[in-house]
Amino acid sequence: MKRSAEVVIIGGGISGCAIAYHLAAKGVKDVVVIEKAYLTSGATGRCGAGVRQQWGTPMNCDLAKRSVDFFEHATEILQYDGDIQFKQEGYLVVASSKEEDALFKENAALQNKYGIPTQHLSKEDALKIVPYLNIDEVTSANFCPTDGHLNPFTTTDAFYHAAKRLGVTFYTYTTVLDIEIKHQRIEAVVTDKGTITTRTVVNAAGGWAQAIGKMVGVDIPVYSENHEILVTEPVERMLSPMVISFSKNIYCQQTPHGPFIMGRSDPNMPKGLSMHSTWGFLEAMAKTATSLLPPLKNIRVLRQWGGLYNMSPDHQPILSGVDTLPGFYIACGFSGHGFMLAPMTGILISEMILNETPTVPLEPLSMERFKHPHMIVKEKSVV
Amino acid sequence: MDPKKVMICRCSDVTLADLYALFDAGYSHFEELKRIKRVGMGPCQANTCGKMVQWEIAKRFNRPLEEVTIHTARPLTTGVTLGALAEGEDDET
Repeated sequence: MKRSAEVVIIGGGISGCAIAYHLAAKGVKDVVVIEKAYLTSGATGRCGAGVRQQWGTPMNCDLAKRSVDFFEHATEILQYDGDIQFKQEGYLVVASSKEEDALFKENAALQNKYGIPTQHLSKEDALKIVPYLNIDEVTSANFCPTDGHLNPFTTTDAFYHAAKRLGVTFYTYTTVLDIEIKHQRIEAVVTDKGTITTRTVVNAAGGWAQAIGKMVGVDIPVYSENHEILVTEPVERMLSPMVISFSKNIYCQQTPHGPFIMGRSDPNMPKGLSMHSTWGFLEAMAKTATSLLPPLKNIRVLRQWGGLYNMSPDHQPILSGVDTLPGFYIACGFSGHGFMLAPMTGILISEMILNETPTVPLEPLSMERFKHPHMIVKEKSVV
Repeated sequence: MDPKKVMICRCSDVTLADLYALFDAGYSHFEELKRIKRVGMGPCQANTCGKMVQWEIAKRFNRPLEEVTIHTARPLTTGVTLGALAEGEDDET
């Protein structure tokens, strides 16, 4: 193991890999990524593989739009030989009440301001996009044609290979045990395979971000929560966009090689790091999915699993330095959407570390915002 | 035997030659191979390919077979339709 590094990134999910790539691309030598299992073993590899720009807060819209701009050229930028499977066939967000309909009109207007081509559709027009949508359950819908699907494994692999070519060192199956501090400065990262001296640490540990914060006495206002998901057998193409509903608590899409992948959240799920599967999820998910999309009833479920949402108080990411500990950077609290925002995570954290002018204003993403309640705008468009 | 003609994962069309290429590219754990090539993600849930991949990893990297971990077994044990899952309670008479 290396004895020292300019930057140590904790977490080998898409965020950590994207940060590593952007730092290396800007010429930072000696970047190290430490991952306790394999790359994507946390939330990245367990997510629903969706890329959405239809958000309810200006910041999330801005980050999501800019991330999609990156994904559209990711294969060329990262010079990847594999296939990241970016399929832009849209997200159909269905409304089921007058309240949702009104909110969706507002959301579409906000999204349009950021260059996101969302349209507010009547239920008849929604049916043209998904002909077997159960029309009794839908009042209207929002559709953004440039949202879509992206393969979490190969997309992370693309960042990984590009970063590696630029000299980044990856240590998988390596656990961070402690971070040493002296005179309010970071000294070293201690792992089970050795100690790396460094002045700069990025906490991109996803579900474990709060635990990493505690190692340096920084209390990050996030918690982790198990969200369940399932995948079916592969079948012929029958659904183009991701279909989601906030009130019905479902997201569901058919991935490019054929299986359906779908998830929902459980309001009674205890906070914590457990990623267990439950029978209750399976039954509730099956009921919601077959009721909204009836032809799905004949498709077999193959597998279910869980993964951690790292929730922030306003459901927007925390991309931030820490006043009391220079050299410690945080990229967490994505509240279930870290995968799709990763390009901007990489860009913004690298700009912070290198003291560059930020691409977007950083105040709404900082830890400080939680000290000023008037600065907080809560994102409601979360499944 | 030609590794291109030895099928390891029938569900996801992965041959022994594909596995060798992944080993050469630096992937050495089942979970990594699974995520790049979808080995074990199909309808058999790695019940067919799991042991074969384990054996090939052990051989290639000179690791004791019992130390080579394979996939996490997850529910369901067999495919069940969403319709049956949704209507299950109706049959509980």
